[in-house]
Amino acid sequence: MKIESRLAQIGSVSEPGTGAVNFPIYHSTAFRHPALGQSTGFDYARSKSPTRTVLEQAAAELESGDAGFAASSGMAALTTVFALFQQGDHLLVSLDLYGGTFRLLEQIMTRFGVSATYVDTNDLDALEEHRCPSTKAVLIETPTNPLMMVTDLAKASAWAKRHGLITIVDNTLLTPFFQRPLELGADIVVHSATKYLGGHNDVLAGLIVTKGKELSERMDFLHKSCGAVLGPQDSWLLMRGMKTLALRMERHEANALAVARYLQTHPLIAEVFHPGLPDHPGCGIQKTQASGNTGIFSFKVKDAALVEPILRHIKLIAFAESLGGVESLMTYPTVQTHADIPEEIRRKVGVDDRLLRFSVGIEHVDDLIADLSQALAAAEAELHAKGDL
Amino acid sequence: MSRAEDCNNSASANEDKFATRLIHFGAEVDKATGASSVPLYQASTFHHFSHSEPPKFDYTRSGNPTRQALEDYIAKLEGGVRGFAFSSGMAAISTAFLLLSAGDHLICTEDVYGGTYRFLTAIATRLGIETTFVDMTDLDAVQAARKENTKAVYLETPSNPTLKITDVAAVAAWAKENDLLTLLDNTFMTPYHQRPIEQGVDIVLHSATKFLGGHSDLLAGLAVVANESLGRRLKMLQNGLGSVLGVQDSWLLMRGMKTLQARMEHSERGARELAQWLAARSDIERVYYPGLPDHPGREIHERQSRGYGAVVSFDTGSGEAARRVMDRVRLPLVAVSLGAVESILSYPAMMSHASMPQEVRHARGIGEGLLRFSVGLEDAGDLIADLEQALAR
Repeated sequence: MKIESRLAQIGSVSEPGTGAVNFPIYHSTAFRHPALGQSTGFDYARSKSPTRTVLEQAAAELESGDAGFAASSGMAALTTVFALFQQGDHLLVSLDLYGGTFRLLEQIMTRFGVSATYVDTNDLDALEEHRCPSTKAVLIETPTNPLMMVTDLAKASAWAKRHGLITIVDNTLLTPFFQRPLELGADIVVHSATKYLGGHNDVLAGLIVTKGKELSERMDFLHKSCGAVLGPQDSWLLMRGMKTLALRMERHEANALAVARYLQTHPLIAEVFHPGLPDHPGCGIQKTQASGNTGIFSFKVKDAALVEPILRHIKLIAFAESLGGVESLMTYPTVQTHADIPEEIRRKVGVDDRLLRFSVGIEHVDDLIADLSQALAAAEAELHAKGDL
Repeated sequence: MSRAEDCNNSASANEDKFATRLIHFGAEVDKATGASSVPLYQASTFHHFSHSEPPKFDYTRSGNPTRQALEDYIAKLEGGVRGFAFSSGMAAISTAFLLLSAGDHLICTEDVYGGTYRFLTAIATRLGIETTFVDMTDLDAVQAARKENTKAVYLETPSNPTLKITDVAAVAAWAKENDLLTLLDNTFMTPYHQRPIEQGVDIVLHSATKFLGGHSDLLAGLAVVANESLGRRLKMLQNGLGSVLGVQDSWLLMRGMKTLQARMEHSERGARELAQWLAARSDIERVYYPGLPDHPGREIHERQSRGYGAVVSFDTGSGEAARRVMDRVRLPLVAVSLGAVESILSYPAMMSHASMPQEVRHARGIGEGLLRFSVGLEDAGDLIADLEQALAR
């Protein structure tokens, strides 16, 4: 079955009692045992809960994995995956990384003796150079957030496998609709499902999908033992969002590409980072491993003084953190999502005070371009008036 | 004076009594509309109206108005400075344990909840946190377990499932003298019966799935800290690790908490009756309930709590007898969990404490004949009659 059909059918008619086309929300935390030593498969909601199970199975199928796990946030999913590691272990991690992941590694995991080195995961020589005997895994974001650097997943996973390392891919930006890392050799996929999978900026959720029996069993143990599980209402809302994933992603992709092309031609814009643009260094790999592009991209304005008035003048586009929702959001990574990354690393990667990230929604593209155009014009006029430009 | 009145009157003169605080907790009326219930802010992100002044809430993992109302609510009830809501009791407990670092040592009560035991022995150890399990009712044993790298003490009182009583003030005072953090799982008592921060505890933890939620319909964990500096550290971990409670579940939990006192009073009365009835039976080897006159910890418990709780454990003498009861009872749910409107009968050996090795379990008094009865809101006479027919040979 094609992925569009599988998405639309998540949880449909899998409820045997009534035939309801949407799976019911089971709020129950406890489940009656038919007899001692017998179980319906459900004992206690933290271990397994019916509504969450439907979501977890859908996630596993969509990502071509063996088991899925729903967590209370994207960070909770990542935290649960990191519980695979122990004191003394080392990880190789994408250089241009989500700030929350960096904070988890540098401010929390280091206290438990788990260390990380940040490298360009598309550069096998760099990976090899930083690999050490205690290295246990590679964590890849592709494309990265916010600079949209692309990693060749098949190559990186094959390299990791040769060295006995686990490959973990954060697939938040592309979703299984556009990219399925487990098919390219990765072992674990994680999602902030708060973003495109949920798609409506109304639910906080994380997903983990594992490949292989052993890894799946270990993850099941960690998931129920650490307890960062997703509630039934949020599980249901997430499935509701996922049913329209294909439609939304197609629209996000088309809108983002059109807006990126517009900004490329704008005199106040210095650079546009979008892997769908032919001059982007990751464009070629992106085409071979993903069937489309995400709805976010970033761009640099020519002068940092433009940032504040642009954010003040945008009307349709909201100035807010997060991404992947139906509504368009503009983020200023330096002070929002990436505030926890030290300035020297931010600068090395290229996240500076001229960079803005745009999560393009599913509004009409003409309105988005018009809003950007008026905000840029107003910002320019203000700076001219002050003699700053 | 009943114990419940006693509890109400113990609040300071200018502070509302507990039953009133449960209803008037600060966010009971929505300021924007006057709505009689906290709105569900089912939003993951928040618009920044100004570039220079960040909004109070910017991203739901870091803070959400609905969850915040719940977090303030539990902090107020426990008498702490800041509350935190998590996706499950284990999420709250595991997050609190990560205040420790590799190389640190923890002293934990030996009859701790099976899930906590599993987290400490299977996960925390790999992160370099070492735990010594001791009989927390024996202060000498607790003191003897302290090492140079000991950083914290973890208590449950009454303990699960054998309801042993720890002298909270004594352990907390000793811990304070030695610069150790004191953490206490207050799930069985709830702040209605017991407020550990008043006894010197630093962090109170809850599986709010149980009595606080009270309806077996939501999974949640809560933590309350006694001071701001712990509050800042726990906030960083809650946000950084991400196991926060969802919006809908936060709302449902507040809805449950409003009836906490009414539920606890009713269930406790039933539990007392049930315990007395069981204690008088010749086919029951032992009854564990801190309200019984011969309970070894009764005096300490009465000093630090205002009630005995709604959980009664009893030993039927054999696995065969325990299984017969479970097969025959009609009213209680035979299930894992406790603390709900419906009575729940559990078999610790195969349910809550299944993750504990058998020899450890037996050493802690959790034998094959032990059953745990969480008394719900049914009529106590009906529950006793049901148990009577289940026990009949």
